[in-house]
Amino acid sequence: MKHRPAFSDERAPGRRPPFVRAQRMTIVNGILLFVVLIVILQLWLLTATMNAYLGGDTGVVWPAALASLVCLGLNAGLLWYLYRLD
Amino acid sequence: MSPEPPLISRGASAPQDADRSTVPPDGRPLAEQPKWRRDFPIDWPQDEYVSRRDLVKFICLTSVAFVVGQFWIVGKSLFGRREAALPALAIADVDELPIGGAKTFRYPEGSTPRLLVRTGAATFVAYDQQCTHLLCPIVPAHREGMGVAASERGLELHCPCHNGWFDLETGRPLAGPPRRPLPRVSVEVRGSIVYATGVEEPAA
Repeated sequence: MKHRPAFSDERAPGRRPPFVRAQRMTIVNGILLFVVLIVILQLWLLTATMNAYLGGDTGVVWPAALASLVCLGLNAGLLWYLYRLD
Repeated sequence: MSPEPPLISRGASAPQDADRSTVPPDGRPLAEQPKWRRDFPIDWPQDEYVSRRDLVKFICLTSVAFVVGQFWIVGKSLFGRREAALPALAIADVDELPIGGAKTFRYPEGSTPRLLVRTGAATFVAYDQQCTHLLCPIVPAHREGMGVAASERGLELHCPCHNGWFDLETGRPLAGPPRRPLPRVSVEVRGSIVYATGVEEPAA
């Protein structure tokens, strides 16, 4: 596994120092919490949409799909940020 | 070039920089760890960090699956309702039913029961016979209540299981637990024969 020094003199001047290990652990836990909440929201959206669709209501199908896509975008952004930490 | 700091905390001799050191999961010094852990020391906090990150990654894959499911429903709503046109089927003679009379039939063959009701001299309506609440069979009936006698109110469709009522002309729910209209069967009178010509899915 890659070991990253906490304070390196090789970083570019003016650049924010990298997070130390404890900080990154806090960040990953926070992101994990957000991602789980968003996925639970998506699960609810899928269930409600299927219920409405089977009941003959197709008006909510497109908005729900777009909302779910936005949720995926949020999740992807959080994951991208997480990979950028290394 | 300075040597890399040890990955394993060795009790009192551990380096002060917390980010450069690591400790086993139980927090005890390396000397008190089991042999397998001493033989294969790893960076445990980093291992935990990578595990959490991978968990986030897999949850994001679940998020992708939910989006795929949503768009599958979109696809079904766009293309799933296109059914082949049904052939016309003779279902009754005009003189077979009195005005207000009803007859069950199946259209297409093998479908759930449908109900044909004669509403006038040459007018008929037909609906799915299953109530949209809990699928009990519906029957034509007059509704009492709200100060109107049953004989003064027009004929409606009644679900006796939970006292649901539907409008005879449109199939819309009027009273009781049903919230969705009845699926309608298109009918045509050709000569003295009543034909079923198609099934209309109810609008939302």
